[in-house]
Order: sequence, then structure tokens, then C-alpha cells
Amino acid sequence: MTTDASDALLRVKNLRVAYEAAGRRVEAVRGVDFEVARGEVVAIVGESGSGKTTTAQAVIHLLDPTARVGADELAFDGIELTKLSRGQWREVRGARIGLIPQDPVVSLDPVKKIGEQVAEALRVHKLASRRAAGERAVALLELAGLSQPALRAKQFPHQLSGGMKQRALIAAALAPEPELIIADEPTSALDVTVQKQILDHLENLVRERGTAVLLITHDLAVAADRADRILVMQGGEIVEQGAAAQVLGSPRHPYTRALVAAAPALASGRLQPSASVRERIETDAAPRTPRPPLLTATNLTKDFGSGRDRLRAVDAVSFEIARGETFALVGESGSGKSTTARLVARLETASDGTVVLDGQDYTHARGERLRQLRRRLQLVYQNPYASLDPRFTVADAVDEPLRAFGRPRVERARRVTELIDLVALPASFASRRPAELSGGQRQRVAIARALALEPELLILDEAVSALDVSVQAQILQLLTDLQAELGLAYLFITHDLAVVRQVADRVGVMQGGCLVETGAAAGILESPSDAYTRRLLEAIPGREFTTTPESSAQ
Amino acid sequence: MSELILNERFTDSGPEAETRHEGEPTGEARRRPASVTRFFIAAGKRPGLVISVLVIALVIVWALAPSLFTHQDPLVGNVTDRLQAPSARHIFGTDNLGRDLWARVVYGSAQSLAATFLAVVLALVVGSVLGLLAGFLRGWVDDVIMRVMDVVLAIPTVLLSLAIITALGFGTVNVAIAVGFASAASFARVMRSEVITISTALYVEAARASGVRWYTVLRRHVLPNSLGPVLSLSALEFGTAVLAISSLSFLGFGAPPPAPEWGALISEGRNYLATSWWLTTFPGLIIVAVVLAANRVSRAFEKNGAAR
Repeated sequence: MTTDASDALLRVKNLRVAYEAAGRRVEAVRGVDFEVARGEVVAIVGESGSGKTTTAQAVIHLLDPTARVGADELAFDGIELTKLSRGQWREVRGARIGLIPQDPVVSLDPVKKIGEQVAEALRVHKLASRRAAGERAVALLELAGLSQPALRAKQFPHQLSGGMKQRALIAAALAPEPELIIADEPTSALDVTVQKQILDHLENLVRERGTAVLLITHDLAVAADRADRILVMQGGEIVEQGAAAQVLGSPRHPYTRALVAAAPALASGRLQPSASVRERIETDAAPRTPRPPLLTATNLTKDFGSGRDRLRAVDAVSFEIARGETFALVGESGSGKSTTARLVARLETASDGTVVLDGQDYTHARGERLRQLRRRLQLVYQNPYASLDPRFTVADAVDEPLRAFGRPRVERARRVTELIDLVALPASFASRRPAELSGGQRQRVAIARALALEPELLILDEAVSALDVSVQAQILQLLTDLQAELGLAYLFITHDLAVVRQVADRVGVMQGGCLVETGAAAGILESPSDAYTRRLLEAIPGREFTTTPESSAQ
Repeated sequence: MSELILNERFTDSGPEAETRHEGEPTGEARRRPASVTRFFIAAGKRPGLVISVLVIALVIVWALAPSLFTHQDPLVGNVTDRLQAPSARHIFGTDNLGRDLWARVVYGSAQSLAATFLAVVLALVVGSVLGLLAGFLRGWVDDVIMRVMDVVLAIPTVLLSLAIITALGFGTVNVAIAVGFASAASFARVMRSEVITISTALYVEAARASGVRWYTVLRRHVLPNSLGPVLSLSALEFGTAVLAISSLSFLGFGAPPPAPEWGALISEGRNYLATSWWLTTFPGLIIVAVVLAANRVSRAFEKNGAAR
């Protein structure tokens, strides 16, 4: 992939970035080399902390002032970027190197109209007069795929959805017709269907104009779909680079292989319990027989607000979950799936309909009766950073439910040790506090806490969505093993259909508060009958690269 | 398990392999033993704070063991030495009865500080409990408590304290109670807003979802996590209380005459303002120093709290 010198638009040699804080030196990027040719789309893939965003920010000179940047060469179209003054940077940044930021919600000025913000990009680079810039802005918004661009230009950011905001940002980045666009996780905050539309659109625009793109993403599947070349970063270094098909088809570095194997969109089929667990539970290997449902939700409805402002978040949703089964509820943001989970967990009370656990109707249970019920039904949250009390040690957190139900002290201590072991954390972690743990480890603690009372149903509200793919894969495997060992039923709430394929027995698809389709996971994922489900499935990135776990593990 | 196999591939194994793979903050990020040198370096960077802590410490030692600082009697003086200017023998001078002013200031700190502590503790306890209940229970409890607090806040503190003292009678303890109640409202407000924030935290909901009773949630999660700002407010309030109690004792509501109290000392000295400046100036400067020091210390608490 050695590109001709004249072709390389961006050339980076031995880029190093280090942060110094409290007398300690942290090397975020250590010796990165890469090139981006004109019109090429290059993706940098890595997990959080791999240095991918730092690399991009070093290129566009937007790092924190405390960062120390060093490079043998950091050349853009022959200009050495490290030597530019602030004034010269203003000529380059925006005009020649555009940036599409990660979070559309915080990246737009809330008190300025959309049109003005796009026009600003033209005006600061003196590419258009005030009047012309306004007109160009509308044209650009249309180009970025916004409907009614003239109206949108006059609106404020809060009047637009997340996807629309991201389109406006793309319009602003494209406005001065830069030669290179740095897109830092441009769609990570968006739903899959919106992600697909935006990426499709961005792709068309850059292909037409021959703009080069440096795409930063944690999602290997997105990179697989969109990039010509992929750079895989780990711990501040590029561990592998090459053409997209080659990196994903025959990864050479063990980290890339692990990443490909862990990416849910690229794997296929239901996860199986690990070998050690299978051995232990071998005895009852009898096939699953139909059992009475553990949980039955009938016509669940939830309204928020009253009168004219009433919003129906969940509309007559009915489903059943059998013992030992995983039922996944999928949908985009705002589809009501999380509210449904909260109704089942009785953190909210349904406006109408019933939830029945093992023959007991607890739709309106209160006080002590509800508390007793909580033993059988536990919840794991999406965000392990917020769901653990920062002052509690791991042992305290896991102990809490046991304590609440007045178990004797000796039994509690034994059970806590057992649970920490069950979620595959070292026993020494018992005395640590959440701040000393990583996201994946915290989520394990949250799972251990949820399992403390030996519940029959575990509600997992986006429990793996905030985690890096390889950690996500570990947690999913853990959940599969626990299910096999303890016979747990899961209500699995997620927006990620690829994850559903790995864990679910049955799937319910939600849209606008209604359950539009339910059925066996394989059936729904292979041959969806509902149009909305089909759209969701088509939007999953990395579909062409679906591999079997066996081939990618080689 | 497969995850362990995964990890062994790209980390240099060991029992902690998994932990490192998940990006855990390594050794240094965890607590290090506080070394003496580091303490002095930190102290050297904030000399104002060091002086403030020393001032507070000194005043507290005065209150606990006044005899270490002076051999003079604070109550009985030699009339022949009356109204002497500061000198080597009487470093703060003497009053109209020939009593050593330094001794009176040192002995007076016991009365003044005891009243201040009592006032702050009272305000802290009453205010926090009311704020905790209002913030956690919400609904009508919140409305009733907070409207009463609004009324309390609307009345000037000194005026309210005067009213309470008039009802309770004179004396140091009563002054303390009056000041304590009058400043409970600000504690209640801060506590309530903290509690509201903490109550909506996910870990509080998680505790409830795992079957913890509401009062246990309050005790184990909400209270410890919302106490920080209230404690730093109490350091600030300490300074204000010194001022309020001195004002009341200046007005003569405190301990009866021979007993020394900072406010009362200034009040007595006022009659000789034209001829004996030291009688008002020195006790006044002591009060100013304590109030400023308390403010500085409270700011340090606040910063630490924010960094946490």
C-alpha cells in the first residue's frame, strides 16, 4: 500500500503524543505512521483508550494544551503542520481540513440558527459574502440530506433531532470544500438506521468531490463498510493496517483477530456456554421442553404527562418469558423499550395492563410485597459508572441486597466471595471501589449484585451497550454461562440487533411504543415479516463481512 | 473461559491479565501513602491556608488550656494599672479595672468558641435533617419544610436571634441556640438540593430495585454522598457564627459582665475608644482573624469536595 509521494495528502511519521499530569507522563500515542491519499477513506479502529481520537486531534491541532506532540513528519499536502503558527492554522483548519465532531448535541451553538452556523464556516474563510453565504448554507443543508433546508436553516439546534444535527455539522464541515475530512465517531451517538443514512450520504458526497476522509470509529463493522483502508490501533500504536477486506478477512495481528471475533456484527449465531460450564451442567442436558411462562406482560401501557401533553410511551405491549429463556426487546431510541423494562422491574407503574410473575400479579404491588418480589427479579443498568455508589467497595455493593433481606452476617460474607468469583473477578477486588475498576469490571460487579438474591429473571437494560466490543463479548459470554448454570431468564433490552443474534432465544421488535413483531430470534433475524424490522436489519453495518467464529479465530 | 483465553493472547498474562485488558487504572492511580515531604510541598504552595489552619488551631488551644498562654487573672485586675497601653508586661494593654486584656481575650475564647461550636452543630444537625427529609420525601413534606425555611431566610439573622433570645433569656448557651436556629435554614437549603441530586442517581434507584428499604437507602447512600457540601458550608458558617455571637454578646445578651467574651470585650472598650484604642482594636482583630481563617479553610474544603 505504499502510495506515491505526490498522492499522499496526509503523511504522518512517528507521531507521538504524551500527556503530563501530576508529574506523571502518559503516552497516548507512541510512534504512529500512516498516510492518507487524495480521495481515500481511511478508518482508524480501536477501543477506548487506544489513542485513535488523540491521533486525529493531533493532526488537526486540537489537542489539550498540556499534550506534548512530537513527530518526524506531520505533513498535509507538503505543509509541515507542526510548524504552523496560530494564524496559519486558521487558514488550514476548516478550509482545507474539515472536522465532523462526535457528539452532534454539544457541537452546535444552541443560541445560533443552523443556517448561520453553516454559513459561518464560509464567512470565516472569506469564501462568500454574508448574503451569498446564507444562500450557500441552504444549498449545503440540502446537499447534506436535510429535508426542507430553507426552514431548517432558520431553526435552532434544539428543534432538530440528533440525526438532523449531525447532517448540519456535515454541511458545515463540507462548506469550505476541504481536501481532508476528519470524522471522529460521526455516528456513534445515533440509531443504526440514521447511522446508515448519514454514512451513505457522506460516502456519496466525498466520492463525488474526491475528498479524503479519516474516519475514527470503535465499530469495526462501520469501518469495514466504509473504508478503503483500515488502521487498527491498540495502546497508542498501530498494530495492523491494510485494505479493509484484507484486515477483516485475514487479520494477522492477534489483537485484530480478537477484535474481529468479538465484533457482534461480524460474528453469527447464538453464543454457547463455555466448555467448562457445559461440563459442569452436563447432567441435565435434556432438551428444553415447553414450560409455563415465568413472566407474562399483558397489554402494558404507560402514559407520561396528562391532558394534551400526554405521551404514550408504551402502547399495549404483551409478551411472555419462560424460565431459562432470553427474550430480547429491540428498537431505536424512543421506541419505549426501556420504559417497558422499567414497568416490568416495577420502577414505574403501568397506566394499564398487567405484569404477572409466576402467577402473581404485581402490577400495583406496593411496600413489603413489592420488596419481597424484588428478590426474584433484578435489574442491570446500561451505565455501570452511575449504577454503583462511588463510596461502596465491591464487597459492599454485592452485599447490599443480602443485607437488605436480613441474611446472617456469616452467610453474607461467604455469598459475596462466591458471587465475586461467579462473575469471574479476582477475590482481591472485594475491597476496591468503583473508581478503581474499568467499565467491564464495574458491569460484572453490577451483575454480581443483581444475582445476589438468586433471582429468576434478570432485566438487562442495554447492559452491554456502553462497553468496548471485546469487553462486550466477555460480558455476553458471562451472561450465557450464568444462564446455563443458574437457569436464569433474561429480559434483554438493546438497540443492537447484532447483539440480539448472539444471545436471544426470542425477539420482540418495538417501534413508537408498540410491539410490531415477536418471534423466535432466528426466524426474525433471517426472515423478518415487518417492514420496520427489515429496515433495522439492513442498517446493521458490516453485513458483507459476516464470518463464522471458527474462521476468524484461525 | 473463552475470555481468559482471549486475554492471554494479547496481554502478558498473569493473574491480573484480565484487569489490565479492561483498561484498569494501574498501581499509581490508587492511593499512595501520604509522605511527609509531599505534605510540606503541598503546604508551601498554599501559605494562606496554612496560616488559617494555624490561627484556628491556636484559638482552639486558647479555649482548652488558657493558662498555658498567660499567668494573669482575666477577672481580677490591679486598679493602679488601669488603662495602660500595650507594653511588654501587658502585651494587649489593660482595661479600666486594670485587668490584663491579653488574658481576657485568651480566656474569652473558651466562651466564644463553645457558643460558636454549639451554634454550628445545632444548625448543621437541624438544617441537614430537615433538608434530608424535604429532599428525599418531596411532596407536601418538602413544601411545608421549605416554606418555613423561606420565612426564616426572609428575616435578618440577627433580628431572628434577638427574638429567640428574648424568648429564651440571656446567657451564652441561649445565644448559641438562637444563632444556631437562625442559620439552620441555609443548611436545609443546601442539603435539600444535594439530596435531590443524589436521590435521582442511578445507584440509589439500583439500591431500591434490589429491595433496600427507603430509610436504609437514605442512611447508606443519600446521606453520606450529600454530606460533603454541607460540611464545607459548616466551616463557612463557623466564621459567620463567630461574628453573630460576638455581635450578640456585644449587645449584652451573652454571659453576664465579669466573664470575658470577645464581643463583650469590644463593647466594654467602646467607652474608652477616644483614649484607649487597644481595648476595642485587639479583640476586634482577633475576631476578624478567626472569621477570615474560617472562610479560607471552608474554601479549601469546597475545592477538595469538588475534586472528589
